[in-house]
Amino acid sequence: MRLLGYFNYWIVVALMMIGFYTMISRGNLVKKLVGLSVFQTSVMILYISLGKIFGGTAPILLEGEEHVVYTNPIPSVLILTAIVVGVATLAVGLALVVRIHEAYGTIEEDEIHVQDDVM
Amino acid sequence: MRENLPVLQVVVPLLAAPLAFLVRRPRLSWLVALGAAFWAFFAALSLLTGVLASGAIGYEIGGWEPPWGIEYRIDELSAWVLVIVSGIAAVVLPFARASVEREIERDRIPLFYTALILCMTGLLGIAATGDVFNVFVFLEISSLSAYGLIAMGQNRRALTSSYQYLIMGSVGATFIVIGIGLMYSMTGTLNMADLAERLPAVAASRTIPVAFAFLAVGVSLKLALFPLHLWLPNAYTYAPSAVTAFIASTATKVAVYMLLRFFFTVFGAAFSFEVMHLDRILMPLALVAIVAMSLVAINQENGKRLLAYSSVAQIGYMVLGISLASVLGVAAGVLHLFNHALMKGSLFMAMGCVMYRVGSCRVEAMAGLGKTMPFTMAAFVVGGLSLIGVPLTVGFISKWYLVQAALEKGMWGIAAVVLLGSLLALAYVWKVVEVAYFRPPPDGPGVREAPLSLLIPTWVLVAANLWFGIDAKTTAGVALRAARMLLGAGS
Repeated sequence: MRLLGYFNYWIVVALMMIGFYTMISRGNLVKKLVGLSVFQTSVMILYISLGKIFGGTAPILLEGEEHVVYTNPIPSVLILTAIVVGVATLAVGLALVVRIHEAYGTIEEDEIHVQDDVM
Repeated sequence: MRENLPVLQVVVPLLAAPLAFLVRRPRLSWLVALGAAFWAFFAALSLLTGVLASGAIGYEIGGWEPPWGIEYRIDELSAWVLVIVSGIAAVVLPFARASVEREIERDRIPLFYTALILCMTGLLGIAATGDVFNVFVFLEISSLSAYGLIAMGQNRRALTSSYQYLIMGSVGATFIVIGIGLMYSMTGTLNMADLAERLPAVAASRTIPVAFAFLAVGVSLKLALFPLHLWLPNAYTYAPSAVTAFIASTATKVAVYMLLRFFFTVFGAAFSFEVMHLDRILMPLALVAIVAMSLVAINQENGKRLLAYSSVAQIGYMVLGISLASVLGVAAGVLHLFNHALMKGSLFMAMGCVMYRVGSCRVEAMAGLGKTMPFTMAAFVVGGLSLIGVPLTVGFISKWYLVQAALEKGMWGIAAVVLLGSLLALAYVWKVVEVAYFRPPPDGPGVREAPLSLLIPTWVLVAANLWFGIDAKTTAGVALRAARMLLGAGS
């Protein structure tokens, strides 16, 4: 039961390792970015899990109901910022891959290394 | 206006960035960028004098009281880093105009200045803010613009090095976010001062050491601590000259600032060094960085790459000082922040002059430049002497304090490694000097001296190298005060 209670965190760890491993092991530049995205997404789930309370509602003050249990909004708000940053990073990364493809004609890391060594 | 300076310092450049793009004309956008840099420098200087006179300055954004709102907090250390970043920007921008016109396509120049100003904004923001999540946001602003700037280099390898930096930099930043999130989960606060108060109560849990580890690795990636430096040499080598001069003297310095902030102000020196023993990992890595990276620098055939590896070695000196965790050691690290910015700034700008006239930074291509470009190479020599640590240059002051700090703790071996590092620096600086002064220039049309618009900014930094090498009272005074503040707050 204890293990299941940490379900979100197991998912976070699994996604984080999948993303990280993809980034390290794949030679394809787009796949590396996919790995990076998965890696960053796992952190988003981590943050949101931190703020969640079972049975909690949105943090809105209602008349007559003073002792409402609500989910901490701050981690969600923080992660909103991190999502924007993640999208921007992905956009810059993909733009770079497009330029790399124009310059080298390939997006495989080892083929790029071969071309650089020949020069 | 004075009480709003902490935020105006960051907001004015942030607003100048889109303006630099909207004016569309290269010359105008350069002027906007120059104005923003000078404004930031002026604001940083007046903040530094204010802090030195009357202690730390706080600013509540939007009038929300900390720890609920975001607070900007300028103390001795942050004012010092603000001065370094904005000062280097104010010197690099006059240099950039001619250099950028040569190296970047005309229609991209406004975008270039936009990115440069955004990068400066991000770096200033990291130094000014007192909120850990804000640090992450500004870190990403500066990093994303830096990726763009590096990718604008002429060689196509600039693209792959920028991509490599993007991957490693994003991993570093994400690690920092994880660390911040774990700290938040235990304390419920993001304000640095508030965190420092609440962390000791929960420090015994398993979460806080994990947060500590994530932050340590994330920050070390950003500051290119050996062996996490792999992104740095390529990025510095293939970036446009002006970008290399700016990023080499500011970005890693601000990362060192983050290291000091997180581990001294937030976690406190007692927790970082007595419980987590951060020094046991930082010190060996710093020593290896100094020796190994200097040796690698000696074998480089490209002048910019040689200086890039030397940067990794020099970061070793800063981290070494910090890992001693004594007032003198931290002061040596903080002092070297400033001094290394001056040296690497002038050296990379000298390389920019060579690039402008010769079109290459390969060491072989510099044959005979001692005669054809005497002022450029003289600047390189003075910068190089400073890197070695010859008396009357800033490099000597840094090493003096570092050796003193090591001896104070009775660590003779460390003092010896510092001196060995100087010898190795002599070897790689000599490699360039020998080719430039003792080889005849190649036949054919000779190269001329670099134009004054490049030489004057370079020599301003060279003069600063000598000035603060002879009169180190101000710089050492601020560094000592910052070190006392950092260590006092922690214990």
